[in-house]
Parts: sequence; C-alpha cells; structure tokens
Amino acid sequence: MSYQQALRQIVNDSRLNTQQKARYLSLQAESMLDCPRWSEGAQELLDSGVVCDMFEGNAPFKPRYVMPDYEKALKKGSDYLELEAPEDLDEAINFLLILFNHVPSVTGMPVFVGRLDKLLMPFVNDGISDDQLKKKIKLMWQMIDRTLPDAFLHANIGPEDNRVARAILSVDGELEQVVPNLTLRYDPEITSDGLLNQAIENISKTNKPHIANEALNVADFKALGDYQGYGIASCYNCLPLAGGAHTLVRMNLLKAAQQSEGSEQDFLERVIPEISEKMYEIIQARVNYLVNDSGFYKESFLVRERFIDPNRFTAMFGVFGMAEAVNHLLGVEAEKGYGHTIEAKEFAIRITEKLAAIVESTKLENCWHSRALFHSQSGISIDAATSAGCRIPYGVEPSTLEHILTVIPHHRHFTAGVSDIFPIDETIKNNPQALATICKGAIAQGLRMFTVNVANNDLVRVTGYMVRRSDIKKHKEEGSRINSTVFGAEAAENCGILDRKSRVISNEFQPWVAMGE
Amino acid sequence: MSFSLGLPWVSNGRTTVSGLISKVIPFSCVDGPGNRFVIFLQGCNFNCKNCHNPQTINFCNHCGDCVEQCPSEALSLNDGKISWNSRQCESCDQCLDICPVNSSPMVEEKTVEELLQQIRVASPFIDGITLSGGEATVQLKFVKAFFTAVKNDSALNHLTCLIDSNGYLPLSAWKSVLPVMDGAMIDLKAMDADLHKWLTGRDNFRVFQTIEYLASVSKLIEVRLLIIPNINDTAEEKMAVKDYLSSLNTNINIKVNAFSNKAVKGEAIDWLSLSEEKKALYLQSINR
Ligand code: SF4
Ligand code: SF4
Repeated sequence: MSYQQALRQIVNDSRLNTQQKARYLSLQAESMLDCPRWSEGAQELLDSGVVCDMFEGNAPFKPRYVMPDYEKALKKGSDYLELEAPEDLDEAINFLLILFNHVPSVTGMPVFVGRLDKLLMPFVNDGISDDQLKKKIKLMWQMIDRTLPDAFLHANIGPEDNRVARAILSVDGELEQVVPNLTLRYDPEITSDGLLNQAIENISKTNKPHIANEALNVADFKALGDYQGYGIASCYNCLPLAGGAHTLVRMNLLKAAQQSEGSEQDFLERVIPEISEKMYEIIQARVNYLVNDSGFYKESFLVRERFIDPNRFTAMFGVFGMAEAVNHLLGVEAEKGYGHTIEAKEFAIRITEKLAAIVESTKLENCWHSRALFHSQSGISIDAATSAGCRIPYGVEPSTLEHILTVIPHHRHFTAGVSDIFPIDETIKNNPQALATICKGAIAQGLRMFTVNVANNDLVRVTGYMVRRSDIKKHKEEGSRINSTVFGAEAAENCGILDRKSRVISNEFQPWVAMGE
Repeated sequence: MSFSLGLPWVSNGRTTVSGLISKVIPFSCVDGPGNRFVIFLQGCNFNCKNCHNPQTINFCNHCGDCVEQCPSEALSLNDGKISWNSRQCESCDQCLDICPVNSSPMVEEKTVEELLQQIRVASPFIDGITLSGGEATVQLKFVKAFFTAVKNDSALNHLTCLIDSNGYLPLSAWKSVLPVMDGAMIDLKAMDADLHKWLTGRDNFRVFQTIEYLASVSKLIEVRLLIIPNINDTAEEKMAVKDYLSSLNTNINIKVNAFSNKAVKGEAIDWLSLSEEKKALYLQSINR
C-alpha cells in the first residue's frame, strides 16, 4: 500500500471518530520513518513475530509509560500550566484533571493518574461531609471517563484506609465505568479488613478493582535502590514513580519455542539467550532514540518542573505465551499441559527463572539502574494462538486453587508487573467473604496481583483492562463485524469490541487495521 | 507433643480411620460461610425423590455390573472388590447410570491423614472445611476422627469444621460430635410429617429436634429449604415454615435452594423447576 493510500484509508474509515483518526494518522506517519538502528537478525525476529514491538512506532517521541510525581505537582503548582499550588479539595481535583491532560504516554493519554487517595487526603477535612466527598469524586470520575476515554488509564488507592479511598470505591462500584482502571494496593499489615471487603464487594459486582501485593512491590522496588515509590499503570505495569518506562518490547514464547530443536536444554541455553540478545538491540535502539533524538526529556515541562526525572525511566522486557511454549516443548495438549501437571509447572518456572536472570544481568544504557525490568505481558487483541504472560489458557483453567498455585512461583520475578485473571463462578456474589479469603491467602503466598473475572458481570476484563458486556451487545445489534478468531467465543466478543467504533477504546494495544483486511 | 483424647481411633497422634469419599473440592463458596474445602461422603439415610446425586445414596456392594459398561476400562473387579482407575476415567458417568443400587464405583476410601495432606495445600486460601454428602453423619466415626485430627493440628486448627446434614442424626450422636464441630447446616425438606415421609422416606421429628438442639447450643449455621413447586411451597407449608423459623434464633441464616428437574431420577423428572423469580418471592414471603 502506498503512503497516500494508507493515510487515505484512515481518513475515510467510518469506524473511527475524529480523535481516533488523528491518532492513527500520527501513528502511520511515525511508522513511515526509517527504523532505528538494529541488526538484520533483530528485524527478522520482528517480522516473524517472535519479538513484538507493541506498535510503538519507529521513531518514539514520548515514553511508553509516564508516572508523574503528582504529589510534588500539587505542592509546587505548575508554571507551565499557570496554576498555583491548590489550597482546597476543589482546586486539587481541578489541578489534577488539568494536569492529566498534559501527561503523554504511548496512547497519547495518561496511563497513570496517581495514588488518588494519598494525593487528595491532605485536602479533605471534617468540613467536607461524606456525601459532599462522594459527589466531588463522582464528578471527577465522570470527567476522567468522558475526556480521557482510554481503558488503560489507571488509578491507585491504598494501602491505607481513608475517606477518599472509601469514596472512590463507592463511586466506582456505582458508576461501573470502564475508565479509570483501578487498583487497591493491599498490605495486610496496613489495609483494614473493612476497606478490603469494600473492594471485594465491588469485584463481585464489577470485577474492579485489581488487588496488588503492596508489601511485595515495595520490597522489590526498595531492593532496586533509589526508592521514591512506585505506581501501577495501564495493564498491568508496576513502575518507578517520578519516572516510568521508555518502552516495552515483548517475546512470544511460543514462537521462540518453535525455533528450538525441542529439548529443554536447547530452548533455555541457546534459543532464549539468542532471542533476548536481539530483543535488547531493539530495546536499546528505541531508548536511545527517545533519549538522544526526539527530545522528550529535554522539552517536556514535566521534566523541567521535576514531576518526572529522565533518570528514573526503565525499559520493560516482556514475555507472553508461556503456556503454549511449555505445551509445545513438552508435546502435550493444553488440557494436559501447563496448569495441569507438575512437570509443566516446574518447566515453566525454569523458563521464567532463566529469563529473569537474563533481565537482571543485561546492561542497558540510559535506563534506571542501567537495566530493564521483567514483565509478564498481558496480551493484546491480535494474540490469536497465545495466552497472556504466564496465564493458563482460557477454557482449560484448572480449579482456582491449582490455578493460583501454578502462577504464584512466577509472580516474584515480574517486578514490572503481571496479571493473572482468575475466572470465578457467579455464586461468589452471595459469599464475598470467600473471595476475600482467597485474595488474602494468595497475597500472603506471594501472588503479586489478584484479578478476578466473575462470570456474567457487565464489566469484564479482556487482558487486564475493562470492557462493558452491554457495550459489546449494543455494537453487535448495530451490525458490527465480530472478530471470532481470538481466545474462544466470549473473549472473542470482548476483543471484537476493539475493532469497532466506540467512545472508550483501548489505545495501547490497538493497531489500526485497514477495512477488509 | 503427644496428645490423646482417649478416643479409640486416635493413637500417638496418628489416626487410621478412613472414610468412603465420593468427591473432594478444594474451593467452594456455597457450602457455608467463606471459602471452604468440601468433602462429600458416600451414603445417605434418606431416600429423597428429588435427590440430585442419587449415586451417593448407597454403599457399593461390589456386584461388578458397572465394569462392562465403562468405555475406557477404568473399572475392574479384583478379589471381589471394585477398583477405579481415576487416570483412565473419562468422567462419562455411565457407571452411575447403570448401577442398580444407586451407588458409584468411583468412591474412594481415604484415610484422615490423606485428606489432611490435601487440606494442608489448600489451607492458606480457605476459611474452613465442610463435610457434606450423601449424608455425612452416616459415617459418624470418620467425621469425629477427622474433625479431631483437624483440631489437633496446629497448622489447621484455625479452620472451622462444619457439617452439611439432613438432620436425621439422633441428639446423643450430635452431642458426641459437638466438641470438635463448629456448626452445621441443616436441610428442612418439609414441615408436614406425611409430606416429609413421602418425600424422603423418613419422618421429620428428628430433624426438628436437631434444628432446635443445635440452635440452643449456637451451632446452627444455616437452615436450608429446597423448594419444589406444588409440592412443598403450598400456602400451609409456607406458613408453617415461617412460624417455625421465627421461633428460632434470628441470626440463623435461611437459605432457599430452587429445585431443578435436571439430574433427578424417577417421578421427580416430571416435577416443575423453581425459577429464580419464584425463589426470590418465596424467600420474601417467609422473611421473618
Ligand atoms: S465415569 Fe464410570 S463409566 Fe465413565 S469412564 Fe469413569 S469409571 Fe468408566
Ligand atoms: S458401583 Fe454399583 S454396579 Fe458398580 S459394583 Fe458397585 S454396586 Fe455394582
């Protein structure tokens, strides 16, 4: 397709709204530029899909994930935005809503809007009643959802129990919006059972929020050094606060496994190191372009006003398709493979350990601590034959107990985040205590992230972000095409929505595909 | 620490009692409060027309009739005893359909210790253990040995031990299990004695005794009503249920389960299922 044709197809694509067209035009233009410098071998891996560049474009001019220090911004105000430091709750919310609109990321919209309870609590006093607080949060929630309609925009609350966290859970449970994505950072030593139970009630109704293992995340980021906090962004990334991630490149473990002669030895000792080496070329080239050429870190007011520090940006080394890789190498069907036998479970752990060791020891220039962080990538809508991260494939999940026990040993390695979604039967709604017990137990055993899809809720998770079942239905009734190639029938519906015109979309993982392709 | 309650089945802290187990599920959110490990015991002393799991009613007599029926050669008769190879089994349930005495060749004999090992794996994620059935109390000796072992295990004794029962166990037997049981969920199938007898094969006098006794010692967790349209949802039954339940302590949970004609045998196949809406209405009408 000529450049002209490619651009014209976007302009004339009736599925896209104006903003989406503008975004895809910019992506298309970016992809027309020559590639950053990497070897032919690395390009081959990209072309064959063994390594996936996440559609970040060839000439990145903004970091993938930006995690501003909003607390500092609230204290100092912003010259660039011509805003004084806020003095009361209304001003603080207004300040943040304005600032959010100026925080870029791979999606063009912010993927992290901060630890909202921690940010707003200093402005809450006894003069503000619970009802007033809820109203303000509700307006804020509507504003975020309607002006920044991206399912990857992510808010954090907890671990402390406080009025803002409670109000947010209450509003979020009531509105059932796709945006913002939400995480409760849970630490049994700090978080009250009351707050956890409120979150669990919400989950049983809306599948939101995620529950993150605060103690594990804090310990890991402190161990890395230069600790200024961390945040949970997008779907589902743990990143240094006041920094972020330049880029994310991911390895398709199934395709990697297909390049092996079939023995464990060959896969672990030859294939994985070889592919990793080329993957690092791509990561380094992107990071260098962003740092040295396109100039974001020189021109952005976020840097100038010290809301982010260019030295606190990492790169993410992602993997996905673990289940399929293990089953391929062991020569077993999904029903009898990863998630179902001790042999597969232990093999998978050895793969994760090997990759983690590579990530830990490989140097990267221009990155926080001169290295990447390891990430279990949660999958995108075009992943037809592979499961997200270390997930057990849809439809062949074992019992929830076996599911949790299979994935827990992997979680400690994924400092930059992992999301396993546990499908849970609807009957849990009558007994949320059961869900709370599973959650507490799993976190105590070392699960990094607890995410649940309760059958038949309107809000459902696709790969870690939410879509509304009722939206899907609406689009279906309007006669839209359904993508039936992905992850079995229900997930296919969920992913299918990404192809359609929708107010809220999931920019991060959504490559534009020409009509009829 | 050596520990002995002086019970015959406990010696040196190790127990050799075993139970006949039809199924074990590590997580359940419908068998009592919180997340529970549930062990289904074989055998029942009722013979309910509406039974959903008739294969759990009787003990296998090792007649061997099911061996031939198994399509995957998972069954065999060795020395006059049936044996089931779980790895070969395809869960087609044909053996259950053919068994002439409402039993199952897939029931396994498991020792208390074997079960404890499974529970240790699940214990970080559960609130407690529920013994269900069949009718759990038919294997009372096992029930007591098992709960005693849980209570004596320092890694497990935070787990609550509950029984899911039809309430037919005599009071003296309830008293003997009480020291190691945290509570029970009791089914109440019908208020009218004749109706109860017709439905279950037994009268309901002992069921009332059980409910009242367990309530008096604060061990009654839940009363469960299985509602079958046109059979036990008549105006008189409803009124009697309401009056009876309101005579009990108010913090006892009442659970209404809807009869479904799927998976039943005999005349119950022709009975109507209770819809979710009707179930909600019923619950409302007996609300204390
Ligand atoms: S369910 Fe029964 S008949 Fe079917 S395979 Fe298993 S043992 Fe054989
Ligand atoms: S399960 Fe039934 S058919 Fe099979 S041996 Fe036992 S009694 Fe006979």
